[in-house]
Amino acid sequence: MPGAGASVGPLDLESDELLPLPTADWVRLRTRMAGICGSDLSLIDGTASAYFDPLVSYPFTPGHEVVADVEGTDRRVVLVPVLSCITRGINPVCPACATGQINLCERAAFGHLSPGLQSGFCSDTGGGWSHQMVAHPSQLIDVPVEFTDEAAVLIEPTACAAHAAARYTGNATVIIGAGTLGLLTLAAITATRDKVRSAPIVVTARYAEQKRLAKELGADVVCSTDEMPRYVRSSTNSLVFGDQLTCGTPHVIDCVGSSDSLQQALRVVAPGGEVQVVGMPSNVSLELTSLWHREVAIRGCYAYTHADFHTAIDVIRHHDLGRLVSATYPLKDYTDAIAHAAAAGRRGAVKVAFDLRAVELKGS
Amino acid sequence: MPRPGFVLEVDRSTPSIMFWRGENFSLEKLPAGRSRVIYPPEPLEALKDIDGAIRHALLNPHDQDPLPTQLFPGMKLTIAFDDVSLPLPKMRRPDTRQRVIEAVLDLVAAAGVDDVHLIAALGLHRRMHEYELRHALGDRIYDSFYPRGMLYQHDAEDPDNLAIIGTTDHGEVLEINKRAAESDLIIYVNINSVSMDGGWKSITTGLASYRCLSHHHNPETLENTRSLMGHRHQSALHTSVWRMGKVLKDNGPKIFQIETTLNTDMFPAPFDFLSKREWEWTARDRATFLATTKSLNRTPIKLARKIFHNMEGPHQMTSVQAGETDAVHKLTLEKVYEQQLVEVVGQTDILTMGIPYVCPYNPDGVMNPILVMCMGLGYLFNMYRNKPLVREGGVIIMTHPCYRDFNPVHHPSYIDFFDQVLADTTSPAEMSRKWEKQYAEDEWYKHLYRTGNAYHGVHPFYAWYWGAHGLQHAGKVIIVGGDPPTVRRLGFTPASTMDDAFEIASDVVGRNATITHLHAPALLVADVQ
Repeated sequence: MPGAGASVGPLDLESDELLPLPTADWVRLRTRMAGICGSDLSLIDGTASAYFDPLVSYPFTPGHEVVADVEGTDRRVVLVPVLSCITRGINPVCPACATGQINLCERAAFGHLSPGLQSGFCSDTGGGWSHQMVAHPSQLIDVPVEFTDEAAVLIEPTACAAHAAARYTGNATVIIGAGTLGLLTLAAITATRDKVRSAPIVVTARYAEQKRLAKELGADVVCSTDEMPRYVRSSTNSLVFGDQLTCGTPHVIDCVGSSDSLQQALRVVAPGGEVQVVGMPSNVSLELTSLWHREVAIRGCYAYTHADFHTAIDVIRHHDLGRLVSATYPLKDYTDAIAHAAAAGRRGAVKVAFDLRAVELKGS
Repeated sequence: MPRPGFVLEVDRSTPSIMFWRGENFSLEKLPAGRSRVIYPPEPLEALKDIDGAIRHALLNPHDQDPLPTQLFPGMKLTIAFDDVSLPLPKMRRPDTRQRVIEAVLDLVAAAGVDDVHLIAALGLHRRMHEYELRHALGDRIYDSFYPRGMLYQHDAEDPDNLAIIGTTDHGEVLEINKRAAESDLIIYVNINSVSMDGGWKSITTGLASYRCLSHHHNPETLENTRSLMGHRHQSALHTSVWRMGKVLKDNGPKIFQIETTLNTDMFPAPFDFLSKREWEWTARDRATFLATTKSLNRTPIKLARKIFHNMEGPHQMTSVQAGETDAVHKLTLEKVYEQQLVEVVGQTDILTMGIPYVCPYNPDGVMNPILVMCMGLGYLFNMYRNKPLVREGGVIIMTHPCYRDFNPVHHPSYIDFFDQVLADTTSPAEMSRKWEKQYAEDEWYKHLYRTGNAYHGVHPFYAWYWGAHGLQHAGKVIIVGGDPPTVRRLGFTPASTMDDAFEIASDVVGRNATITHLHAPALLVADVQ
């Protein structure tokens, strides 16, 4: 589990020093709220994959789910943290960025910025777990006036979910995991793709509050992880060999990304079906014979485009998702905040965030 | 001379009463002045010469010619026998089925009959394991017939091996095992543990198809079965079964019914004290009880189950009769009632019952929550004649751990039923309408039923329907000591202690409610006046 044991790992709280603007067109942000994401927790407790080493520059300030004010303006914005070609001063931009697919940028470790997959993992940009950071104007999206900061801080993770939901075709779908990402993916599907929905959506959830929320956000069936394969079996009239269903569900969205969740996804996905990996996986160990035998696809689902942020705003508005921010902490209580986020499900929480507004008010 | 059944009025001097709690027991103090305990009659004397009695029954049948005169070379003979669902606990060897079938086979061999098939009359129950068949029939029969494909288990889902005998005047289709249907003679070997068994029910359920069973195993019939163990005219189930029996008698093969009854000597030493009346426990009995409960508290549940399921009860035979089904069954019922009937005056506000580790549907398996409901509301609630022990709108209190635990080999569809169906509804009628077809026709369940050791996919529905009348009749059902979320999933109310349960019950039946405890073990039928 990310952050297990509430370790703060290599994290240290230091005084803010003004970061230099990478180029003249960059702006300075004053953070209002910043969420704690599963990927932050896995970096803190050292379970993140070594794959990211060349995509991160040290020291960095975490925090990529950011709501902030743009210094010197009255703009309240949410950050699109992907550091794509345009933010790195790369011209011409790569083919992916040229089509707006900034999440697939081919130059993530290059250009005039230090390596960094996103803001919050780059030494040049700072991150949301601080009072200030810098951002390129292309990374900023205005927060609708009626949105609270709580609702706004969910825009970034909801954009991930909206990106995942775009592949939903209306077929029977299983969402594994009902943490923040699982619930938001469900919310994105039911808010934006409900018209094409022709078969049940099954969500696996571990804790009572997660189950309640999943039902509320439109899941047809909410069950425990153990119960899910039996439900899929009976609803698809499958037979069973070993642990493998003979039929199964055409679409599985894995919002956990562990060996167990992925293996379970392979057990219940239909021949020719797709497992969409939305939760960030780390080093996993998988038995892939069924993938080969049943011509199953495993497809990653990373981040978002700008368009996904606009969809996310609609999703949040549709489901009133600001209520999913369960707890906020001042930065000085970061140990408690991380412990809470690491045990969010068990403690009946969904999103835990840092609230830096009080500091801002003091400063002003 | 065994003592008859007895109703004890509880007063201040009455000791605590023993209740089953799954794989353990508890002692409960019932309130003085308003409680009573019904004890079953003591075990009847067993037949002295069992093999002689069996042979006598075969040679002197009721309303039929002696069996040897019905046997002839070249005939097609099918011997069907009751499955592992009874008796409980399993019978000390040799099992009644073995003794009776060995006696039959002696006559069959003497008559030169070669075409003999033995069929376990499972209905929709699970197939018996080899060790269970050997236990029921003995090694000699098993080794002679099984390798030659002449001993097998009924398959209610094998379309090639089912045959329609006819249709009742109510439109009920009687479809049974084809081999049996095409035989010159069916010999049915029964063990009549309770009065609802036997008679025409033996063949029309044990050898029937799902389609056939669904005519009477449904919520409407079972809600209208107002006395499962009593008079047939009060049982819609038995009325339907007897209609099918008439079709079988008129259009089917000839039937030679052999029925046997057992006494209530159910548990071997050192557990024989369970059947005793508590105030008659000796110091040794009390010590055994304390030692047993304390050690069971520390025993892992799987080991405790193994200990209990490995027990073999004496179950001594009290009668055997053979011949025409109705004539035989009449005598059987008389003997069953002689052993089990206890006259009770008046109904009660609260009925208490201890739920044991086993019911007819989990021999050598797990007493899952659905079976707890079935045992309580389907069986024990129904152990009456005339009218239920508890008044309509009264409270039923059971004691059982009611763990959320299932045997995946025996009860695969029960697990899904618990997760899926009970999460949706506990109403027998609604679940029948919304869910039964899906489970009954599920290919995977069929496969496991036909080739493994699983109950049929629809069986959890039948187990639930069995309690339909009880559900409808009771104002509230409370389970003491049960896992609260599991108990709530069943639609019942959890209570930590018996006192808590009485407190909860008082909301429904008031503070001075009368209480009646159905003492178990030992089976009894309350003849409620």
